[in-house]
Amino acid sequence: MVDYLLILVSTILVNNFVLVQFLGLCPFMGVSNKLETAIGMSAATTFVLTLASLSSYLVYEYLLVPLGIEYLKTISFIMVIAVVVGFTEMAIRKTSPLLYRVLGIFLPLITTNCAVLGVALLNIKRENSFMESILYGFGAAVGFSLVLVLFAALRERIAVADVPKNFQGSAIAMVTAGLMSLAFMGFTGLVSI
Amino acid sequence: MTVVLIAIAALVGLSLIFGAVLGFAAIRFKVEGNPVIDQIDALLPQTQCGQCSYPGCRPYAEAIAEGEEKINKCPPGGEATIQAIADLLGVEPEPLDAEHGEEKASKMVAVIREDECIGCTKCIQACPVDAILGAAKQMHTVIADECTGCDLCLDPCPVDCIDMVPVATTLQTWHWDLPQNNPSIIATDRGQAA
Amino acid sequence: MSLMHTQIFDFKGGVHPAENKQQSTELPIACAPMPSKLVLPIAQHIGAPAEPTVTLGQQVLKGQVIAEAQGFVSANLHAPTSGTVSAIELRAIPHQSGMSDWCIEITPDGQDQWIEHAGIVDFLDVEPSVLLERIQQSGISGLGGAGFPSHVKLAADPAKIDTLIINAAECEPYITADDVLMRERAAEIIQGIEILLRIVNPKQCLIGIEDNKPEAIEALTKAIQVSRDDTHLIKLAVVPTKYPSGGEKQLINLLTGQEVPVGGIPADIGIVCQNVGTAYAIYHAVAKGEPLISRITTVTGAACAQPRNYEVLLGTPVSELLPLAGVDHNQMNRLIMGGPMMGFTLNNEEVPVVKTTNCLIAASRNELPDPAAEQACIRCGMCVEACPAQLLPQQLYWYAKSDNLEQLETHNLMDCIECGACAFVCPSNIPLVQYYRYGKGELNQARADKQKSDRAKERFEARLARQEREAAEKEAKRKARAEAAAKKQAEKKAAPATATGTSADAAQANAAQPDMALLQKKLDAAKLAIEKSKEKLAAAEAEGSDKVEAFKLAVEKSTQKMKDAAKAIAEAKKAAKAAPAANGASDKGDPNSPERLKNKLELAEARLKAAQDRLAEAEQQGSDKVDALKTAVEKQQERVSEAKAAYEQASSSASNSASTPASRVEPEPVSDLAAFEQKVLAAQTRVDKAQERLAMAQEQNLDTVAALQTGLEKQLAKLAEAKAALEQAQAGAQEVKS
Repeated sequence: MVDYLLILVSTILVNNFVLVQFLGLCPFMGVSNKLETAIGMSAATTFVLTLASLSSYLVYEYLLVPLGIEYLKTISFIMVIAVVVGFTEMAIRKTSPLLYRVLGIFLPLITTNCAVLGVALLNIKRENSFMESILYGFGAAVGFSLVLVLFAALRERIAVADVPKNFQGSAIAMVTAGLMSLAFMGFTGLVSI
Repeated sequence: MTVVLIAIAALVGLSLIFGAVLGFAAIRFKVEGNPVIDQIDALLPQTQCGQCSYPGCRPYAEAIAEGEEKINKCPPGGEATIQAIADLLGVEPEPLDAEHGEEKASKMVAVIREDECIGCTKCIQACPVDAILGAAKQMHTVIADECTGCDLCLDPCPVDCIDMVPVATTLQTWHWDLPQNNPSIIATDRGQAA
Repeated sequence: MSLMHTQIFDFKGGVHPAENKQQSTELPIACAPMPSKLVLPIAQHIGAPAEPTVTLGQQVLKGQVIAEAQGFVSANLHAPTSGTVSAIELRAIPHQSGMSDWCIEITPDGQDQWIEHAGIVDFLDVEPSVLLERIQQSGISGLGGAGFPSHVKLAADPAKIDTLIINAAECEPYITADDVLMRERAAEIIQGIEILLRIVNPKQCLIGIEDNKPEAIEALTKAIQVSRDDTHLIKLAVVPTKYPSGGEKQLINLLTGQEVPVGGIPADIGIVCQNVGTAYAIYHAVAKGEPLISRITTVTGAACAQPRNYEVLLGTPVSELLPLAGVDHNQMNRLIMGGPMMGFTLNNEEVPVVKTTNCLIAASRNELPDPAAEQACIRCGMCVEACPAQLLPQQLYWYAKSDNLEQLETHNLMDCIECGACAFVCPSNIPLVQYYRYGKGELNQARADKQKSDRAKERFEARLARQEREAAEKEAKRKARAEAAAKKQAEKKAAPATATGTSADAAQANAAQPDMALLQKKLDAAKLAIEKSKEKLAAAEAEGSDKVEAFKLAVEKSTQKMKDAAKAIAEAKKAAKAAPAANGASDKGDPNSPERLKNKLELAEARLKAAQDRLAEAEQQGSDKVDALKTAVEKQQERVSEAKAAYEQASSSASNSASTPASRVEPEPVSDLAAFEQKVLAAQTRVDKAQERLAMAQEQNLDTVAALQTGLEKQLAKLAEAKAALEQAQAGAQEVKS
């Protein structure tokens, strides 16, 4: 039980996928202009990441390993992720058309979110069990959501603040992201997993 | 050879399963109607002026929601409306399409020069919000509160007795302006509009 | 029992600006002398402006209503003295915008003659509604600064109100109007409060007063002790001096610990709040019958030789009030109406004192320097600590600056009371309140725009619905008319045929004569109109005028009219002809006699010809009536064939009946046979005609092809039927023969 908790703490704070492992930077910079959008993106990514790490584990363990074709894991994981994203896209379109429009291009882009593929591959590399895989994926997603929402809230305020002209826009966003990353480095050593 | 065949068979099987899942989802999550239309319609100024080349605000909202139309074709709403729709849909705001008209500096209202009006009722038929009162061979007049300033009554008037005038500020509508003193953090920013 | 209410709460935030109150309290209230003119804006209160009831040059008496309240949230306006109405026009009014509004100017006659008025002597025994009515009539609106009509607040359901709060805090620096009023006229104030108690009937009444007014507290204590109120409902609540404890919501918080909900009013939590000056005005209105025509105004500031409180008639121009206090214009840098925190700079000294004018500050440059240059926000958070409304001033500032209305609303900008505490503490000299005022204005405008656009949408949709309905109604009417016309025609046709009496027919024939004359006239007129229109058209075409289209239309219309007239005449003539024919026929008394039917047939044929002619003409002219005419022609043809068939049947049966007695051996089927043969022939000709028409239509590529085709098919079916019947009949005849 403690192990599971440690996995969560590790993925959310200590080894945060965005600010420490620098995965999934594309949506981190792209969808953080508005808090509302960021929350939607976070929810979608959490769903996709958890589901993708679950199904990729199943595919790997019960298809690739028995057939001895583990070397096909990358291509099959990409397929798994694409399917999960496609499914999520349809579900969101049905349940929240506005979120669907707001997420726009970023929803299909989850497919190419390296954090998703990264989590699936790391699960194999770390030889996680079924439950651990799910928690690892979920923790990664929560960590991603946390920093995305924080960053979006910061950027909303930066947007109305007087920023020196040469720093306006992406420049100040990058500086902010760097500072956030530094702050998350402070968790190093809290848990060693 | 068998190894390759096994690998291909495995991937094909996997693809078939996933295809089935997506096919099921496509049926299960079938979407009908588009509630975004209402939200876009609420952002449009409702002048019903037709300058976007659609007969009214709602048809334009429908076209935008379908993704067939650009969001920059509403001169009465101007940049503010374009920005609002861009925010709603998460797209880049574009400058107003000059082909459809220019944004006016202030709100306008139609005024009929009543002694010149011949009572032809043409403007009454043109007004999209029924803001013109009058009868055949009787003088017409505009209900200023209901006028959206859409200009549609100007063209039909055979004697050109309708003027568009800016809405006057009254004590009730007056409000403070933004303080004009804009400080800057660093000296080099001064004088350059941010 | 103590007169003091001891349980005092605290509100978050607040500031302690220099009070500067002692300057103007050194001297007692003075009565300002009669000014040379009085300017009374019709909107001195929140709500609908009052409507002037006087005319230019009219003599008015002191206390006479000169403008009447419009609706419930509005207040009457009274003449402050007797005199003449010398102007009703747009004048500068004391307003932040510096704009003008409608004002009534009264030139005093010096008599200061009261209109007949009387107070209510036993005012604590009459019905509350009588008192409320009196307050409403007296034009009393809040004298504290906002100017909300008092009767509106007091009209709250007494069952829901448990606390009456009298606002005597007067927290803003410089202002001492309420202070001196309480010092000098405490007894009247307490009686005013008793009137309020009678109306509102609360469980407790608290007078909230800041502890920097010991003289006023003492005076009020004495007045309460001698008052008739022996239940000690009225209690003094002395609160620590802190700006803005005099804000309505802040004072409620101080005295009861309760908070007025967002967007709500004090009555929502069972509290009614009135200013102490309002209580005084209410006493005068009720007990003496004097409406609100004067108020206490502080004239102070470093540029004043003698700061003092004056009892000023409403409408007194500021320019006539300042010299009384010895204002030195050389020293004066800014003239402020209201307090230094919430007041506004007057740029025009001609504006009058109104119901809400509690203070005029003639400030020197040292005293109230021009605002220092705004610097960047350093995010120190002092404004947050100072805000008495517990808002986030810094966030509001950013959002107001970037026009983020949505965020302004979620951060409750509308709950800002514009007290100026945040701007007071701001180390960067940011005029925060100005940003909030701008933001509020934008928000209000956005709301108004939204309302307007919603209404426009509603009206647009209503218009579309109406147009649709009208189109449907028109269509229905057109159909009904067409049916009625068809029926009429059928009746007309039937009328001569079914006529039984000679006299009736004759009468009809006679009646037809004047009709014909009339119709002829119409025809002539139509012809004339056509010629005229044609001339006009030619002229227009020659000139190349853009009215050509209209004229063409007119010509077509006239032509149509003429055709109608011609048709009517033709019909009338036929009817007239038919009548005598019917006379002959009526001898036999058989409406279906062959002669009659023959007449009918001829008539129908003539009509068909006329219709065909018209069609040809229309086709030549390329009129859009071609289709209509074609259908008409077809109908006529059908009628002709019907008539033919009927005639043939009748004639054959006539010959039959004629021949039957002569030769009984002659078998009946034979005549039937002939009839059938004729029928077949008729059907054949009809089919031929239909085919011709169809071919023609196909050639011209008209859209009636489909209709014609179905018609042809029907005709063919009929032909086949007729042939079958003929064969049967022939077979029958042969059988009989054999």
